[in-house]
Amino acid sequence: MTNTSPAASADADKVQAASRSATLANLAEFWYYFSRNKGAVIGLIIFFALVAIAVLAPWISPHDPDMQYRDSFLVPPFWEEGGKSTFILGTDAVGRDILSRLMHGAAYSLSIGVIVVIISLSVGIVTGLIAGYAGGVVDTFIMRLMDIILAFPALLLALVLVAILGPGLTNAMIAIALVLQPHFVRLTRAAVLSERSRDYVVAARLAGAGHIRLMFKTILPNCVAPLIVQATLSFSNAILDAAALGFLGMGAQPPASEWGTMLAEAREFILSAWWVVTFPGLAILITVIAINLVGDGLRDALDPKLKRS
Amino acid sequence: MSLLEIRNLKVEFDTAKGPFRALDGVDYLVDAGEVLAIVGESGSGKSVAMLATMGLLPDTATITADKMDFEGLDLRSLSAKERRKVIGKDISMIFQEPIASLNPCFTIGFQLGETLKAHTDLKGKQVKDRVIELMTSVGIPDPGGRVNAFPHQMSGGQCQRVMIAMAIACAPKLLIADEPTTALDVTIQKQILDLLVKLQQDSGMGLIMITHDMGVVAETADRVIVQYKGRKMEEADVLSLFENPKNPYTKALLSALPENATGDRLPTVSDFAEAGGF
Amino acid sequence: MLRFLLGRLGLLIPTFIGVTFVAFTFIRLLPGDPAELLAGERGITPERKAEVMKQLGFDKPYWQQYLDYILGIFQGDLGTSFSSKKPVLDEFMTLFPATAELALCAIILAVCIGIPAGIFAAVKRGSIADQAIMGTALVGYSMPIFWWGLLLIIFFSGILQWTPVSGRISLLYFFPQVTGFMLIDSLLSGEKGAFLSAVRHLILPSIVLATIPLAVIARQTRSAMLEVLGEDYVRTARAKGLAPRSVIGLHALRNALIPVVTTIGLQVGVLLGGAILTETIFSWPGIGKWLFDSISRRDYFVVQGGLLLIAGIVMLVNLIVDVLYGLINPRIRHN
Repeated sequence: MTNTSPAASADADKVQAASRSATLANLAEFWYYFSRNKGAVIGLIIFFALVAIAVLAPWISPHDPDMQYRDSFLVPPFWEEGGKSTFILGTDAVGRDILSRLMHGAAYSLSIGVIVVIISLSVGIVTGLIAGYAGGVVDTFIMRLMDIILAFPALLLALVLVAILGPGLTNAMIAIALVLQPHFVRLTRAAVLSERSRDYVVAARLAGAGHIRLMFKTILPNCVAPLIVQATLSFSNAILDAAALGFLGMGAQPPASEWGTMLAEAREFILSAWWVVTFPGLAILITVIAINLVGDGLRDALDPKLKRS
Repeated sequence: MSLLEIRNLKVEFDTAKGPFRALDGVDYLVDAGEVLAIVGESGSGKSVAMLATMGLLPDTATITADKMDFEGLDLRSLSAKERRKVIGKDISMIFQEPIASLNPCFTIGFQLGETLKAHTDLKGKQVKDRVIELMTSVGIPDPGGRVNAFPHQMSGGQCQRVMIAMAIACAPKLLIADEPTTALDVTIQKQILDLLVKLQQDSGMGLIMITHDMGVVAETADRVIVQYKGRKMEEADVLSLFENPKNPYTKALLSALPENATGDRLPTVSDFAEAGGF
Repeated sequence: MLRFLLGRLGLLIPTFIGVTFVAFTFIRLLPGDPAELLAGERGITPERKAEVMKQLGFDKPYWQQYLDYILGIFQGDLGTSFSSKKPVLDEFMTLFPATAELALCAIILAVCIGIPAGIFAAVKRGSIADQAIMGTALVGYSMPIFWWGLLLIIFFSGILQWTPVSGRISLLYFFPQVTGFMLIDSLLSGEKGAFLSAVRHLILPSIVLATIPLAVIARQTRSAMLEVLGEDYVRTARAKGLAPRSVIGLHALRNALIPVVTTIGLQVGVLLGGAILTETIFSWPGIGKWLFDSISRRDYFVVQGGLLLIAGIVMLVNLIVDVLYGLINPRIRHN
């Protein structure tokens, strides 16, 4: 292999350059379609703003999120009567600044989304590739296993799993990742099955590509689009489910400023102090909407069938 | 008076990359009992013209014409409701993909009967009898049994026969056939063409045959319009067109026919494009 | 069609066996000591503990416990609740109508609003109405429903005082349970105002539970309609001179409904999961709240039986949806 002729290596360079510029062209085309969807761009901007808030929270939040101001229990937002300008969105039952807690809470929700997606995506892809590629008994076994997981309502299964593993944020993330990954397995497997018999895969196999190379380098890149769309969907689902678990007392534990947990603590004040209930939920809603907007944009930009219309 | 008279028809589509003119000032004249063939490659605007006549283009299309008369009725001024009284009854159309053109969820009989119910006063049993009569007239075997079949249970040729039956259900004065044989097997193509010609001769209706196939033109048409990129290249009766084509594009089209090929390679239209300068 | 059905059933049976195994195993993985829980005391004597474990069958080998449990299922025995000492199946049967009533109302709401909204948005594609409907659907689809429920309580129960905060009916009314559906029972009772009270209790939880399915159904209907409206047979229907009512409401909708039916079926799992949150917020005495409380209390047999029954319901509904899918799709029905 070391003795390749200069002509051959020049050819290889040319191929590489062509492939690189094709990738760039694809990206440009993708961005063209994505940016035409105004909602998706707005979603992306909100998402980046949330990331910035999450990262910068220790410096930009007006108060320490856990600091309890003994003279300021349940202070309403500043525009309400009795509000204080230092607590813009008011304080909770033990005198903590709600805005600061929300800003710090952003880090929880976003990292929950990222971690859950990474776990369920990687486990799901590997399992799906094995199922689709191996076929036969292995495939049947894996897919029945996924059917079993999907037979339970996701939240119920996550609740029981957390009850087994013990309440807490880490276990909640593991449980959610587990209930979300069958979707990735199914998608990957379906894509592998449809790609496996395509000419380019057969060609690669005839050229002597090994199983691992075939699975990961030849087949996988061609089923990326639906996986990306599913990943954004799972991102928002993970945030919603984690908040629900937190709300039920099974997720992040107080005094963590996770948004769902904040809501759980605020529940008893729903008829007396609307702000402690309203703002954490609004934060969850805005975050999830932003991610779903991006997801819709990705789907439109990546789905060639919708592109034409 | 012509059956259909269209003057200076222009169709523009709004696209993401600005307006696109699919048809640029073409005239169409069809007399009763006449077979007009419109020939061209895909993108020549031949289907667009007839879809515009039928009012079947999407909202993104802007249609303008100096004249657009069917039996003296100005098609441009019709409301959607008035147009629906003409379409499917006096002017009808069949399409390229017969299986996809029939609704997979309804039986053949239902879809045929629907046209009758929309345009005639027939009721219940009468509709059913007429449906079977129509199916017999287009040569569907066992029409009594086939009435309850779904499109996916029939072949492409059978489906196209159903489409034809649907189109002639109300004895139209003009039938537009948009590439009616393109999606069919070669052996079936001939049968469908023969059927169309026979129906046309029996009823004396006008027939517009949209095609890219010069063979189809030779077999069916009285008069031919050749279109290229939304413009009319040539219009002539069928004999003079084949014997003495005037327009370089027409010549190119004819030279691209397999039987006219010389050497070991089939010529394509683009081989003639530069020399002809169209 | 028969082969299609048998194929589905063939997939269902191993899955259900897997489900029994999962429910069985999970409960034995739960931390805590069932004997202590049952005895209701901390630090019971070893003799007493052994006795309790034997009583529960926990002293037998693992596989034999599983076998006993499977045999029990066939006899309708899902064990006994630690906290109420009643059979799990009996408790489930008493509470299930409450959840079924809530879930049915929610799905009816979701279908009756979601499908027309989706059709309208597709037909008026790109219009302000389309954008408004799809914008609303996006919000609904992104909604943390537990918070949404709290907001509705703040507004309708707190500020407007229109609706009660919790329960299925006002305590003023008492009548025998006939169907278990409060709306029907209250009518049957003939008590004045009972029906209205039941409606007022039901309305907020139904809205909350319907929110996500409604949004999903509207979105799915719109995209299915858009796809179908571009099909050749829709053009044929228009070429026949049929009225829009018939082109859209018959030719397009009939085809668009095929994927939508599947979507509606998938929402049942979402509904039962959402019932846990909704019933907890509104103190609705159904199986969602019952299961959540049992998980918190580590009421082993309730959790085990509940998991099994809920998974069974989800699978049953999916089977029904598959059959329905086959029935409305002629391509499957006739092959």
